[in-house]
Amino acid sequence: MAAPPPTVVAMNEPAIRVEGLVKTFGATTALAGVDLEVRRGSVLGLLGPNGSGKTTTVRVLSTLLRPDGGRATVLGHDVVADAPAVRLRIGLTGQYAAVDDALSGVENLRLIGRLLDLSRRDARRRTDELIERFGLAEAAGRRVKTYSGGMRRRLDLAASLVGRPDVLFLDEPTTGLDPRHRNEVWEHVRALAAEGTTVLLTTQYLEEADQLAEDLVVLDHGEVIASGTPASLKADVGGQLLHVRPLHRADVGAVATLLGELTAETPAIDPTGELTLSGTPALLHRLGVRLEEDGVPVAELGLRLPSLDDVFLTLTGRPAEAGPATEEAA
Amino acid sequence: MTTTTNTATNTAPVPTTVAQPPPRTGARHGPSTLRHGATLAWRGLVKTVHSPEALIDVTLQPVIFLLLFVYVFGGAIAGDTSAYLQFALPGVLVQTVIFASAGTGTGLADDLHTGIFDRFRSLPISRAAPLLGAIGADLARYATSGVIMLVFGTILGFRTSAGPLAIVAALLLVMAFAFALCWVFTALAMLVKDPRSVQGLGALISLPLTFGSNVFVPASTMPGWLQGWVDVNPVSKTADAVRGLLLGGPVAGPAGTALLWAAGITLVFAPIAVTLYRRRT
Ligand SMILES: Nc1ncnc2c1ncn2[C@@H]1O[C@H](COP(=O)(O)OP(=O)(O)OP(=O)(O)O)[C@@H](O)[C@H]1O
Ligand SMILES: [Mg+2]
Repeated sequence: MAAPPPTVVAMNEPAIRVEGLVKTFGATTALAGVDLEVRRGSVLGLLGPNGSGKTTTVRVLSTLLRPDGGRATVLGHDVVADAPAVRLRIGLTGQYAAVDDALSGVENLRLIGRLLDLSRRDARRRTDELIERFGLAEAAGRRVKTYSGGMRRRLDLAASLVGRPDVLFLDEPTTGLDPRHRNEVWEHVRALAAEGTTVLLTTQYLEEADQLAEDLVVLDHGEVIASGTPASLKADVGGQLLHVRPLHRADVGAVATLLGELTAETPAIDPTGELTLSGTPALLHRLGVRLEEDGVPVAELGLRLPSLDDVFLTLTGRPAEAGPATEEAA
Repeated sequence: MTTTTNTATNTAPVPTTVAQPPPRTGARHGPSTLRHGATLAWRGLVKTVHSPEALIDVTLQPVIFLLLFVYVFGGAIAGDTSAYLQFALPGVLVQTVIFASAGTGTGLADDLHTGIFDRFRSLPISRAAPLLGAIGADLARYATSGVIMLVFGTILGFRTSAGPLAIVAALLLVMAFAFALCWVFTALAMLVKDPRSVQGLGALISLPLTFGSNVFVPASTMPGWLQGWVDVNPVSKTADAVRGLLLGGPVAGPAGTALLWAAGITLVFAPIAVTLYRRRT
């Protein structure tokens, strides 16, 4: 006989604990033994290229998928054995907006409220609050079918907050949003975190993770290939990157030689003729001067922060796959 | 000035206690399943009110069939069009509700497809609630489409000798049959998944079922093998019972057989549909 699950969990117990999680779909291994922990009240960013297992992880943690191996708990409740208890405490915004097209925004939120056993009055109040908070007042009474992608996304986010979840799962919450609305969603996530909500969010953008997450976990082919704070991950990539693209392809070789002279490093050259290597403002300056002296015209020259692509390049020794997403919405 | 508007980095201390517990009861069994089912049925009804096209859809096809048959074949089949309308309308009522019942499958497939079921499944409600809700809302749709067809028939000139009670009984009978069939369409939706294929395959079931019956033409002119099928086809029995109720004639016999069929179909297909549904969700 197993002891009854504890209803009160020690505060030092992580909000989410994942141990050796495995999930296969036929011949595809979506998760090949994932371990991760999310501290209470923290924001964890789950990064990875298409098909790396981010959505699968979120679906297992939100009780939508049964894992084939390993174990996962949310606030101490096992996601398989104790799924109803998990559902009482979580909110989920999936990768694809899960709202009812044929209902209005208000009706969608009230529906969720009623399903969460709020009284009619509370459901209405909570709906008004969220409509206001997510700037949907104008469209509140309109059918969701007429919403733009960004409005639908925000409504979906609002729907996951109706029950004031302690743990929130956000699967690529800003994909398809314009910069203004992306910033707004970021503000919402920060505010939720400040209120004590634990957030696990997946993203393809290092910048987003950087803005929001205290901890990062990088997945590739269903495995954790790196984890740590954004700062430590970026340090792995090596700070800033210098990139230069000569105006004429014929000059690529000469610029590579020049960079070799200046740094004793070999730059990476991509198919567009762009040369990249880790760099500093001082190097940028020296390179600029030399290019000017040698009379090599350049189309682009500058420093940038590492992108997720750079992280992958460094972590896996190959670029992140750029193929179209092949996942099923099912 | 010391005013700072710091919104960038948020390093709020991790609270040592979880913010106020959410006001959720977490009741998961018994009455809550029914309550959540009713809430989801409400959703289905609001959807129908917002987009009555869906309801018109299921009624329009039978209306077109009715018009075609009454004015093109009616004279040839029954001698004159108004006599034919009297004969055909009760059967077309059955057909209408069968088409509406096929819509149950499409609606469920749609919900699975768009991910709204994922939302429901992440909520602390019983797994049966969405299915109950869908079927609850659809029963109301069956009734509405039946009433629309009766009204339309009356406009065309259909006249019933029946009292209100008999009319209600006729509607209930066709609803019972549609309820039985909705399990077939639900099972189909769980197997096929893609809403459009569900619609197409649903038509493959509902068209032979309604045309291979005595809805439009009395069976007496058909070849023997077809008569054999038409005679056992539950649609014929249901249509006979509805004719009896609306126009006078035997009711108990065909109604009894029709209800037995409905019970049989439900007993076979409801468990299959529920099993597939549980596997899918
Ligand atoms: N229902 C499914 N059936 C079959 N294979 C699946 C299913 N869901 C996911 N997969 C496969 O599992 C792997 C991981 O998919 P997952 O959706 O978790 O990736 P992801 O990191 O979310 O990708 P993306 O960035 O494209 O959203 C992929 O190879 C995918 O094709
Ligand atoms: Mg995904």
